[in-house]
Amino acid sequence: MELIVQGIIKAFQLIISLDPEVMGITWLSLKISGTATFISLFIGVSIGTLVALTNFRGKRLVISLINTGMGLPPVVVGLFVTILIWRSGPLGFLEILYTPYAMIIAQAIIATPIVMGISLAAIQNLPPNLRLQILSLGASRLQMVWVLIKESRLPLLAAVMAGFGGVISEVGASIMVGGNIKGYSRVLTTATVMETGKGNFDIAIALGIILLILAFLVNLLLTQIQQRQHLR
Amino acid sequence: MIMKIFRSSKCVVILMIVAALVVLGTINVFAAPKQKNIILATTTSTQDSGLLDTLLPIFEKETGYFVKTIAVGSGQAMAMGQKGEADVMLVHSPDAEKKFTEGGYGINRRLVMHNDFIIVGPGSDPAKIKGVKSSTEAMKQIAKTGSLFLSRGDNSGTNSQEKKLWKAAGITPAGQKWYQETGLGMGHTLNVTSEKKGYTLADRGTYLAMKKSLGLNILVEGDAALLNIYHVIEVNIAKWPKANAEGAKAFADFMVSKKTQDIIKTFGVDKFGSPLFFPDAGKKVEDLGK
Repeated sequence: MELIVQGIIKAFQLIISLDPEVMGITWLSLKISGTATFISLFIGVSIGTLVALTNFRGKRLVISLINTGMGLPPVVVGLFVTILIWRSGPLGFLEILYTPYAMIIAQAIIATPIVMGISLAAIQNLPPNLRLQILSLGASRLQMVWVLIKESRLPLLAAVMAGFGGVISEVGASIMVGGNIKGYSRVLTTATVMETGKGNFDIAIALGIILLILAFLVNLLLTQIQQRQHLR
Repeated sequence: MIMKIFRSSKCVVILMIVAALVVLGTINVFAAPKQKNIILATTTSTQDSGLLDTLLPIFEKETGYFVKTIAVGSGQAMAMGQKGEADVMLVHSPDAEKKFTEGGYGINRRLVMHNDFIIVGPGSDPAKIKGVKSSTEAMKQIAKTGSLFLSRGDNSGTNSQEKKLWKAAGITPAGQKWYQETGLGMGHTLNVTSEKKGYTLADRGTYLAMKKSLGLNILVEGDAALLNIYHVIEVNIAKWPKANAEGAKAFADFMVSKKTQDIIKTFGVDKFGSPLFFPDAGKKVEDLGK
């Protein structure tokens, strides 16, 4: 109990004193996971919408696969990304193992099915007549898709939050492909693992609290955007 | 309706700008340390004890290299070297290291420093090994009393050393009820051992660095079989042309340089009252511990 209190005190000390190392780690976490979520947003929403709006053989199988992907184990992603991009791997020439780029790639792979699955469900959930209505008003197909995406912005923003929440809290893939390098690829989750290993439980708790605060602030921002639309 | 679309697209635009800024900021920062990278595969003990945090900034400042430290067990560190995924290794698993250099994967294996392994356990000491002089004798007693022993189980240097001790004691611990493998680094394993009130083999450096948060005492120490020796090995450029041989050599040279050895000699004294490592550059392994 005392340890938790110490951890909380430590967290606020680190935040208030703007400890440069902790601030750097926090900012890096935000950048890496933010970029990964941004990438997954494009891929996830476009493919999710495409699958939702087209009919083809094996559609149910594809949807099952996407839904399974929503629970993709980060360590497995980390392992495959590592094998692909290490020096002797097929993408080794990129020389991006143990860089933040590798972490973005791994995290984007984790977040994409989450965004895809939720956006797919969101578009499918729209009333089927809406599409005909929009088209009959003279919209082109592309315009129709755009309106549909805008109509489902509530669940789509939820998709962004779920995707971001999935990757900012993820440690398995980040530590494998990023390597937890001080001042370079060390993020909040990997630093927490390391400090626990060092026995610095108070710092570990503090990092955990900072992670929660960060996740809360990002979600607060997104929820503001989401709900303001909703209330009108 | 028009207002609604206008409002919503405004928000989408804002969101996109925020995201774009994040991406741009990311690219700027990441672009800087692209060249002159060295991948250092090392054991968890050099990182968990804080030694690398002290040495690396000095090395980076002096040479302009950027060291990417991957702290894993010695076994994994050498597996990385064997695949050419690391440039230089700082490890403590002499038998495996010999195989590694004999296989032509590494060159210029040089002695850097040593400390020693210790057997730690709870104050209650159910196996009654406190003060036992011989490490094999202590291992036998742990096995005989069936006292919980936590093994790293990760092919690290410490793990290899532990297996060697079991072998010397003529005991096969794998599969025994009192023998558990954590599969974690030294720090985590010490935490688990402390929580479960078990015994484990640890390097003195990590133990001293973490002592304040552990409920474990040093029970066996000073046996010659418990020496823990660190070498630096450069990956063989002939085998892996992609490796950063110059950087590896610069780092290895730095580790055995007089200045670095002096830092190692006093590292930890102010914090723990005694040094965590003893510098040995230029010495022979046979002369250690004498």
